[in-house]
Amino acid sequence: MNAFTIDRRDGIAKVVFDLPDQPVNKISKAVRDELDGILPDLARDPEVRAVVLLSGKPDNFIAGADIDEFVALESAEEALNLVRTGQALVNQFAELGKPVVAGIHGPCLGGGLETALACTYRVATDHPKTSLGLPEVQLGILPAAGGCQRLPRLIGARAALGIILAGKTVPAKRAKRMGLVDEVVHPAVLEQVALQAAGRLAEGWRPRRGRGGFAGLLLDRNPLGRRLVFSKASEQLRKQTGGHYPAPVAALDAVWHGLSRGLKAGLQREAEHFAELAVGDVSRKLVQIFFATTALKKDTGVDEEGPTPEPRKVVNLGIVGAGFMGAGIGGTAVTRAKVDVRFRDTAWEGIGNGLEATRKILKSGLKRRRISKYDFRRLDSLISGGVDWSGFGRADLVIEAVFEDLEIKHQVFSDLETQVREDCILASNTSTIPIAKIAEAVKHRERVIGMHFFSPVEKMPLLEVIVTKETAPWVTVTALTFGRKMGKTAIVTRDCPGFWVNRILSPYLNEAGRLVHEGVPIEEIDGVMKRFGFPVGPITLLDEVGLDVAQKASSVMHRAYGDRMSPIEGLKRMIDGGRQGRKNGRGFYRYEKGKRQGVDQAVYQIFQVEPSPVPETHVEQRLVLAMLNEAARALDECVIRSPRDGDIGAIFGIGFPPFRGGPLRHLDDMGVVRAVDTLEILAGAYGDRFSPAPNLKRMAEHGERFYSAA
Amino acid sequence: MVGGCRSPFARAGTDFKDVSPVDLARRTVVELVHRMNLDGNVVDEMFFGQVVPSPLIPNLAREVSLLSQFPRSIPAAAVNRACASANSAIAHGHDQILSGNAHVVIAGGAESLSDVPILHSRRMRDTLLALSKARGMGQRLKLIARIRPRDFIPLAPAIAEPSTGETMGQSAEKMAKENGISREAQDQIALRSHRLAAQGTEDGRLTAEIVPIFVKPGQPPVTSDNGIRKDTGLEQMAQLKPVFDRRYGTVTAANSSPLTDGASAVLLMSEEAARSLGYEPLAYIRSYAVAAIDPGEQLLMGPAFAVPRAMDRAGITFREFGLVEMHEAFASQVLSNIQALESKKWAEERLGRSEPVGQVDRDTLNVMGGSIAIGHPFGATGGRITLTLANEMKRRDVQFGLISVCAQGGMGFAMVLERS
Repeated sequence: MNAFTIDRRDGIAKVVFDLPDQPVNKISKAVRDELDGILPDLARDPEVRAVVLLSGKPDNFIAGADIDEFVALESAEEALNLVRTGQALVNQFAELGKPVVAGIHGPCLGGGLETALACTYRVATDHPKTSLGLPEVQLGILPAAGGCQRLPRLIGARAALGIILAGKTVPAKRAKRMGLVDEVVHPAVLEQVALQAAGRLAEGWRPRRGRGGFAGLLLDRNPLGRRLVFSKASEQLRKQTGGHYPAPVAALDAVWHGLSRGLKAGLQREAEHFAELAVGDVSRKLVQIFFATTALKKDTGVDEEGPTPEPRKVVNLGIVGAGFMGAGIGGTAVTRAKVDVRFRDTAWEGIGNGLEATRKILKSGLKRRRISKYDFRRLDSLISGGVDWSGFGRADLVIEAVFEDLEIKHQVFSDLETQVREDCILASNTSTIPIAKIAEAVKHRERVIGMHFFSPVEKMPLLEVIVTKETAPWVTVTALTFGRKMGKTAIVTRDCPGFWVNRILSPYLNEAGRLVHEGVPIEEIDGVMKRFGFPVGPITLLDEVGLDVAQKASSVMHRAYGDRMSPIEGLKRMIDGGRQGRKNGRGFYRYEKGKRQGVDQAVYQIFQVEPSPVPETHVEQRLVLAMLNEAARALDECVIRSPRDGDIGAIFGIGFPPFRGGPLRHLDDMGVVRAVDTLEILAGAYGDRFSPAPNLKRMAEHGERFYSAA
Repeated sequence: MVGGCRSPFARAGTDFKDVSPVDLARRTVVELVHRMNLDGNVVDEMFFGQVVPSPLIPNLAREVSLLSQFPRSIPAAAVNRACASANSAIAHGHDQILSGNAHVVIAGGAESLSDVPILHSRRMRDTLLALSKARGMGQRLKLIARIRPRDFIPLAPAIAEPSTGETMGQSAEKMAKENGISREAQDQIALRSHRLAAQGTEDGRLTAEIVPIFVKPGQPPVTSDNGIRKDTGLEQMAQLKPVFDRRYGTVTAANSSPLTDGASAVLLMSEEAARSLGYEPLAYIRSYAVAAIDPGEQLLMGPAFAVPRAMDRAGITFREFGLVEMHEAFASQVLSNIQALESKKWAEERLGRSEPVGQVDRDTLNVMGGSIAIGHPFGATGGRITLTLANEMKRRDVQFGLISVCAQGGMGFAMVLERS
């Protein structure tokens, strides 16, 4: 393999990295071996006074280390060997004895950034595709080719921790501001600038770098301040990870160790941590999720035989209902997919509020520099609305987001059909009503589909695309592709009450309500599930979703699935008493100025119990298994197309703990046999709703798993 | 012409105080796109009228054609023929289509008189220019020391003739006196304008062409023209003092058009393009004409010369006009022009015609009021008049309609619309 071409001219060696037959550059064994041959040669050559490292790919510098090598690791020992070779390679750049300039255009991530950090000087392009970062912790590992050492030395501990612990990437301009790169230039002159810098460096010139000013002196460059920074970071990590994610904790330790004991000791510590994390369970799970989401992005969502239709273009989006959901969808669509968004509502007031809420989302895109000012102005003019159907004749896709009432939805869909083109997709954002029922209002039912977004749309990453028996494949493919353009992770589900996410959520929330009825303290219910790894507990979630919304969904589920989904009795009394959850500041918890306070003790009176001081032993099992059992049942009924889709849906839609891999993966891990046994015990103690799903029993008998054991 | 729409017209300094004319035009055109279900890719060119552009945005039309609803490749030009600017924009579109250079054109205009450019005095400008070229602190301080308090007196653009220095109002006053037009006759025209405009607003004919514009978050959109006075009366008007000749004048704020903000846009197509894109033509442009006279005489008499020209080009007689839209800059200008059009003597002397141009039937003139009540955003008025006429021609099933607009510089514009 020849990934590198070297051009020696005027005392400067230009090394161009272009991995053959690959869209991006990544560092693999072959690449390391080739560099092992090249670098000593460059070090020895007296004609070479400086080196410039560039990429031959159009829009990519180095995407990182080859993930396949890391996935194939079987033991900590193997992992240690891998990381040592990586460190050795990067050290060669650092210890070449000659200045090395990295000319960075496109993503420069993980091992790529660690290589660039080992260079003497970094020039990056001001192109939007250029970004620098260390995303390792997102895969449950840490930067271990010197990233935890060289980054804090270059930009200070505070800024470095900001990047390493969150696995963040930063655009070139911000990288320049924090001192991560020395110059930011137009792509057309990158090579020229890098070569000139190499020439100057060869003459003995050294760049002057800021050292973070007074704050830098106070916090980064003196041991006392540093201790403060680290104890703060450590405390914050404990809060954020709940002790479930060891990678950022290890990274913090590696940075600390290196800064207090020196580079060599730091590298040693990095390597040790890596070896342990790389074969650990959490990293394995996170990598599985990474692969699953990557595979989902390529999934057409269609299982029919024959050639899969191409997704059609969606340029004009119509949204019926400019309420909170409609505006969320519109704002996300215009910001991410850059489509024309036309609202229709019954009153101008609704339109006005909707346009305002939509613009707010677009503005936050500008604030976060996701879009430029020019883009902002262009996109802003794409947002409009009216109280008639004008503009809907242009729509390629219409998403209905009106009140959850079948009659209203029927009216909307039958009106729509007279206004839109024949090839316009009609989607509903309903969360409870079967799509096929809604489709009854129109003649061409093959173009009706469900697009279930979660609230708030601009933040929640999941989209459920719901297909009916009549939905045409091109409609599914187009809706799915558009959802991805909106930045969503999209799964295809079958048309049943609750679809996937709400279906498995409902028994879980109901069980939480039952626990309240039994007098289990609300803090305890939430606390148990937070310790399990959910971002918020079920009672908090009820408050967030809105009690009225939850109640409505729950009664739909009860009607559809019978007694195992019977709703929380106390909930109706809560709503009758004017409690709607966070949105009106009164729920299970008290709220002041939008901030959550403690549990509202009056709630126990509404539930007619005294909070019991006796601990309930089965809280976690009851809550978790209520969800897992329903998940198994729904999979059996083909609500989702694969366990992969189900797990991703639960992680991105409900916040199911990623380190547990999703409900079905979790069942595999706990063992289906054990799950069935526990469910039977719970069924005996608490009622038939815990009777194991038929497929779980079947699987237990035959010793099957949801995922193959590999 | 297949359709069009406009913003509400708001008296300067009121509803659209904080909306730029570019934004007014852009929002109007976005609505046009939606109302017409227009695919932006089919548009070939844009023309927009604006009389007092911001020095920072000299070509408003390009800012409109850069709307994301369109490809970025649509050329666009701003047009300035004073109060007939939007008419000229439409005429340009017509010419481009007729010559085969374009098939689909968006034309219109916009004006904000809430935010007009105000200039520094000449001396101040000189000093500032010199300052920008100055080198060193010494030179700069020397220049700054040159500035005198009177240099700060700003120059506001006046609505006056550059050639004669006469303001529009003075011209209207002169016309009233020379043509013997009474204060009462003028006030009658104004009253009629308000009554008919109020009626057109109430029965929805005027508002049908209006695009609601959101101005402030949390507030309802502006949906109608705010200068129309439903309850005004002759007595009320009679109490106003004349503005341009305080002692012997007759032209008042009530019988003149007010300074106004607004935008308008119409969609023009060749007949073939309309058919192939599935649009029903609203009206055809049968002919148009522009005329100019010596600004030193009666400045706003241009229409009386342009109308017979457009009529001749259309090959029809005045009697065939089922509707007439005459721009009301001043009631005295409306009455002076009507007087001329109806006069045999004037036709003989000024046009060399043996017969008067025609009798202006008051029942078909400005049937939904005119600029005195609705307002007059200079660059946009032409679009409003064309649109109102075409829509009303359709409602009344009229074959021919006439547009007449007077403009600064002694110019007049006339256009004949036809429905098949």
